[in-house]
Amino acid sequence: MREITLDEIEALAVGAWVLGTGGGGSPYLGLLNMRRLYAEGKRVQLMDPDELADDDMVAVVSNMGAPLVGQERLVDSANIGRAVTLMEEYLGYSFRAIMSVEIGGNNGVQPFLAAAETGKPVVDADAMGRAYPEAQMTSFAVGDLKPWPLSLVDPRGVEGIVAKVPSWKWMERLSRKMCVEVGSIAATCKAPRTGAEVKRWGILRTTTQAIALGQAILLAQKEHRDPVQAILDSEKGLLLFRGKVADIARRTTEGFLRGTAKLDGLDGWRGQGFELAFQNEWAVGWLDGVPRVMTPDLICVLDSVSGEAIGTETLRYGQRVTVVALPAPKVFLSPRGLDFVGPRAFGYDLDFRSVFDGVPT
Amino acid sequence: MRRRIGIDVGGTNTDAVLLQDDQVLHAIKTPTTADVLTGVRLALQDVARTVGTQGVQAVMIGTTHFVNAVVQRRDLAPVGALRIGLPAAKSLPPFCDWPEDLAAIVRGQVHMVEGGLDYDGRPIMPLDEGAVAAAARSMKAAGISCIAVSSIFSPLDPGMEDRAAEILRQEIPGAAITLSHDLGRIGLLERENVALLNACLAPLARHTVQAFEEALRQAGIAASLFITQNDGTVIRAELAARFPVLSFASGPTNSMRGAAFLTGIKDALVVDVGGTTSDIGALKAGFPREANAVVRIGGVRTLFRMPDLLSIGLGGGSHVETRQDGRIVIGPRSVGFRLPELARIFGGPQLTTSDIAVRGGLLSLGDPRRVSDLDQGFVKAALAEAARMLEESVDRMKTDAAEVPLLAVGGGAFLVPDSLPGVSEVLRPAHAAVANAVGAAIAQVSGEADQVFQGLSRAEAMVEAERIARTRAVEAGADGATLSLVDIEDLPIAYLPGGALRVRARVVGEIAAQKVT
Repeated sequence: MREITLDEIEALAVGAWVLGTGGGGSPYLGLLNMRRLYAEGKRVQLMDPDELADDDMVAVVSNMGAPLVGQERLVDSANIGRAVTLMEEYLGYSFRAIMSVEIGGNNGVQPFLAAAETGKPVVDADAMGRAYPEAQMTSFAVGDLKPWPLSLVDPRGVEGIVAKVPSWKWMERLSRKMCVEVGSIAATCKAPRTGAEVKRWGILRTTTQAIALGQAILLAQKEHRDPVQAILDSEKGLLLFRGKVADIARRTTEGFLRGTAKLDGLDGWRGQGFELAFQNEWAVGWLDGVPRVMTPDLICVLDSVSGEAIGTETLRYGQRVTVVALPAPKVFLSPRGLDFVGPRAFGYDLDFRSVFDGVPT
Repeated sequence: MRRRIGIDVGGTNTDAVLLQDDQVLHAIKTPTTADVLTGVRLALQDVARTVGTQGVQAVMIGTTHFVNAVVQRRDLAPVGALRIGLPAAKSLPPFCDWPEDLAAIVRGQVHMVEGGLDYDGRPIMPLDEGAVAAAARSMKAAGISCIAVSSIFSPLDPGMEDRAAEILRQEIPGAAITLSHDLGRIGLLERENVALLNACLAPLARHTVQAFEEALRQAGIAASLFITQNDGTVIRAELAARFPVLSFASGPTNSMRGAAFLTGIKDALVVDVGGTTSDIGALKAGFPREANAVVRIGGVRTLFRMPDLLSIGLGGGSHVETRQDGRIVIGPRSVGFRLPELARIFGGPQLTTSDIAVRGGLLSLGDPRRVSDLDQGFVKAALAEAARMLEESVDRMKTDAAEVPLLAVGGGAFLVPDSLPGVSEVLRPAHAAVANAVGAAIAQVSGEADQVFQGLSRAEAMVEAERIARTRAVEAGADGATLSLVDIEDLPIAYLPGGALRVRARVVGEIAAQKVT
């Protein structure tokens, strides 16, 4: 266990945004909360998963809802902290530590807000290794772990518990309804996990990974080196394409932002085209019409100059972008893992083939 | 016959033109004075002496005075911030993401009270009117009279901000009150930041507009006074004094619109090449395309009606250097206004783009013999590098792959080649040096709506948005009969059920004939 510095949290916000693979919401508002909490003298400890006893209980937190609503209601550390204590009151025991369900985007920072509020450490792990659009797209669901209970909190004092559901899909349906009712944004504490479950099914050390990634980007920017190369080096990633955005089409269906982006090649890719499909996050990429990369491999679209991640909501015509792939957590590469987060889970009739197959590591 | 005077008050020069119908009758450049008034008066008197000011219906002034005050941290008043929205957003109070040096000047008091809305218009909590009154009394006791009010989701329904303003006015008569929904969009912190910036400029704005009015009076001109805004339209001077942030970007905007007017082209890209930077913007139906993203002003994140500009470090004074690998690099460093002492053509030590252009025969300036040693192959390569920088920036500002005309203005426009990939033609308008003032003179009045609609079809929502925009334009001084819709866009809101749709609509029209008093 070690204390995390504010500089590391600043880096975490940068790295988590890249691991958001186009979605997950910007970590900016969470970061502002952490700056305030650290200015008030709060400090957060980061705990390695191996430090958990098998029977320790871990709170799994996330902020759910519409990013647009979040821009008005903002993010308040008190809410995510209350989601944790509410769950403790319901269960009648105390959590040993807190972890994120999703390291990518805004939720990568949320456990730190809850930890600063409650004085508990953050476990260096999550259940996605990136961002995914739906609650059942987690390693815990792949492990067929219990999906209930869930606590949900809004700042007015609305506090709800989903006591029991038969499946992860049902949990998504019920919690989504509650979230919409309290204003389409809510702090949640998901089904608690034992230390043994975290060590067996969690995606381990992703917080450390996101901090290192953010530090690599910030350092490259400071030293005027290529930040994209820094990302590739830090994450053992693959450079897939460099180009400019030639067309972008978005539509909102069933509560998700879906669409496609077309890129025209630059540099070594002149004359070639790359097409990306997204559902909140980038899902599949085609090079000249041939599938080149697909979920669960992480697809990141970066500003070619700054190396900063670009979200599916903000990509626009003319931007100079670089597409990179980062390796997916192993748990999602099994046939069962692919049922949850493979291309068919997003409606693409493709057999998953990792872009890293045959690439020496 | 229609006569108008357009004036651009920049940091260095005050430019004025008299426009009669579509003709520039007279143009003058004078130095900007510290009191602003003298420079404007001298410009107006020159116009009056040269062509007369009979029949002038309106004087339009564009100025960078207010944005410069923020950037330079001067003439700013302490502000009382009132946020309506508790118990939501409590941990991130007003000023929470401001640069500390600016916050130290502007942060007078911060109050947060219960109220605010959900995305569907239901209250988060009822407005706590008692707490608003208590905040007002606290501000009054501290001598604070500039107040910014922000409320969660106020762009959906401004009712709570309006009610808070009533209470504040009762407690502090004469207070300068800025309401966030009048200025900003969805995004509480960014909209609140705009309101705070506006509030801290209130005394300077009032003083400056009074100085403009006084300059008109001293020059013997009885026409109505309008101030130009970021979007290329104008508002009546007394309204402008309440909304100084709306003129922050009027310099580049007027320059773009002036270029469009002088060339007669309404859909184009415009590049304004100055001494240090080139600003590239896009015109759509004669108006600048708006930025849809956060714009930082003096280090403060804002989101409001600003033109979408791309600035690159390429200007007439940019340094030209050859790296060890033989690569030629231009800018971002520049000799700026010290070109006449530092550039090679003036006997100085620094090789600049102006030196390259003189040697390449594109520009007559200084002493060409001082650059006769420059190799022509090198000159060609340096100009090609400048063209490459412009080509990439122009392409970034396009919204699709079709070729567009490019209007080149500004003192460094010689760096823009006569043809560029993706550009149908390069035009260099006459009177380009006073394009700013021309842009001010031709301004129209606009009205805008930007809100989330629920329970309406897409078509119904768009009709409603246009109706709101038209009402606002007439309130701002437009002739209702001349209004036309220049921009409408709808954005389905991700994740929200029930077909929630955000619609932005903007209409513009001519200034109403009767003088508004």
